[in-house]
Amino acid sequence: MEPLIIEGTPKTPTVKFDAETGVVEIKGRSIPENSVEFYKPLVDWLEEYKASPASKTQVNIQLEYFNTSSSKCILDVFKKLEAIHKAKHDVEINWYYEEDDEDMLEAGEDYESIIRIPFKMIEIVE
Amino acid sequence: MSFNIEDYYTDQNGGEILLAYKGSITTELINNVLDTVESKLQDFNEASKIRKKVYNVLVESLQNLFHHIDDLPEKFRETYESHFGILVVSKEKTQYKISTGNFIRSEKVQYLKEKIDKINSLSKEELKEMYKFILNHQKISEKGGGGLGLVDIARKTGNKLDYVFDKFDEEFYFFNLDVYIDESNN
Repeated sequence: MEPLIIEGTPKTPTVKFDAETGVVEIKGRSIPENSVEFYKPLVDWLEEYKASPASKTQVNIQLEYFNTSSSKCILDVFKKLEAIHKAKHDVEINWYYEEDDEDMLEAGEDYESIIRIPFKMIEIVE
Repeated sequence: MSFNIEDYYTDQNGGEILLAYKGSITTELINNVLDTVESKLQDFNEASKIRKKVYNVLVESLQNLFHHIDDLPEKFRETYESHFGILVVSKEKTQYKISTGNFIRSEKVQYLKEKIDKINSLSKEELKEMYKFILNHQKISEKGGGGLGLVDIARKTGNKLDYVFDKFDEEFYFFNLDVYIDESNN
């Protein structure tokens, strides 16, 4: 399966999804006016990946900002990962937030309470 | 006396203005505003926590405008561009203030007013629950909104949403929303 690589822009994150290594990364800013368009290939990729995932899927989410339009799309991404987890595959979610950014920590906790996969909350200290 | 846009715009210009704009709310405008305000916040040497809050709330405010602006009343169609909105970002003593204004069709006023009143009546914990409920249960609209913007703003600022609906004519109201972000948050 081809990896999904998308370069970041000031309003959309860098994406690196690799089926070989099982590493799924979203980093940067996610504040587009229309996020459905941006996230569709990510959700589609995970749908395909779900059929034969790596022995361990490691998810790294490191967002500086995201808007409410992205928040629903990010939930869709997590729902795909939840399905992989439910099918008894190993899925680890690392939620990164910058020092003092309580809003971002809280956002991670919101997702964790909806998605039944334990999150590792990782504070980035500069 | 009928509502006057120019008076309204002048009235908004109190405090230290980071940015004031009236005109068409487009994607390019949003990009420019975000860049400008971000670099001004850097200049102010504001703590990163506050900088991020202001930026986040600004993104939501602008995108709310972008997605929900109604047409202009007929008498303004010659004077102002379509997708007309007003935005003022200012700093007053220990608070940042983000003011937005736009025309809204009369029939939408009641719904929006009730929604804001509801949000304003909720505690921090209740807002969190409301946010999670909408996030998990409501379909995302074609526009990419989804009814989370105002809830998110209220949650992040911890302040009440301050609003006025000024009647313009039978068909239109002018909707003004003021959002405050405290410098010493929590």
